[in-house]
Amino acid sequence: MVADKSPTLDRVFHALAHPARRAILRQLSSKEQNLSELSAPLRMSFPAASKHVRVLERAKLVRRRVVGRTHLCRIEGKPLADTSEWLETYRKVWEANFERLDGLLDELKQTHK
Amino acid sequence: MLNSATFHVTTPTDREILVTRDFNAPIALVWDAMTKPELLNRWLFGPPGWAMTVCDDDARSGGKFRWAWRGPNAEDMAMHGVYREVIPPTHNSPTARLVRTESFEFGCTAQSGEQLVTLTLTERAGITSLRLTILSPSREARDATIASGMEYGIAAGYDRLEEILPTLA
Repeated sequence: MVADKSPTLDRVFHALAHPARRAILRQLSSKEQNLSELSAPLRMSFPAASKHVRVLERAKLVRRRVVGRTHLCRIEGKPLADTSEWLETYRKVWEANFERLDGLLDELKQTHK
Repeated sequence: MLNSATFHVTTPTDREILVTRDFNAPIALVWDAMTKPELLNRWLFGPPGWAMTVCDDDARSGGKFRWAWRGPNAEDMAMHGVYREVIPPTHNSPTARLVRTESFEFGCTAQSGEQLVTLTLTERAGITSLRLTILSPSREARDATIASGMEYGIAAGYDRLEEILPTLA
């Protein structure tokens, strides 16, 4: 295998490898939230949430903007969404399902003959 | 016939995901496979290694459904919703349509609000074409749904994941 030295790849894998960070992404998927809103349901301290957000920012999965004393975080789908390959793993989930469905339909066709 | 060649996943608008696929079977059978719990739970598994554990499905207008799956590391995932519109195929009409709301559950944390799913089936010469539109409440929610594929990809250890991620660099 060719050695892969993509720092972006490492950062994305690292960011998604932690359940708290995946939970943060899920929370942000509904709307932009500040750090307190993010940390409360995760039963996490403010600095801990901030640390996780920093990891997500480095992977370009989250963008943070500061308004006064509030840190607003939003999910950053664009760098991913603009890449058609991004759909590939999502596509694979459906593909496997549909191939199973092909098999089931063949079976149903036999019994309905 | 290679049905996989008719399979496409696209994002026609900021809030939508469109899935299309042909099946080499009459519409009545495809409809049954998509609406009868005892058939749904034989193919709708999600990522590799996941199995369907709950399939309560009442595909009538106003009827509810709840589906749940369990992953290879005992992770649970569930989805529920309500059927808004259910038009089964008839002998005279080779088309069918189904509209339902879908909300993800992960444990007790909702993922991304409610999405509206429209399924249409059309039969022509024994081939049934499926068109599935998933309308998310926002672009962020849609992106999160697609990104969940990446999350499963990591869980399932897809070989291709390592190949595609560098393209994001």
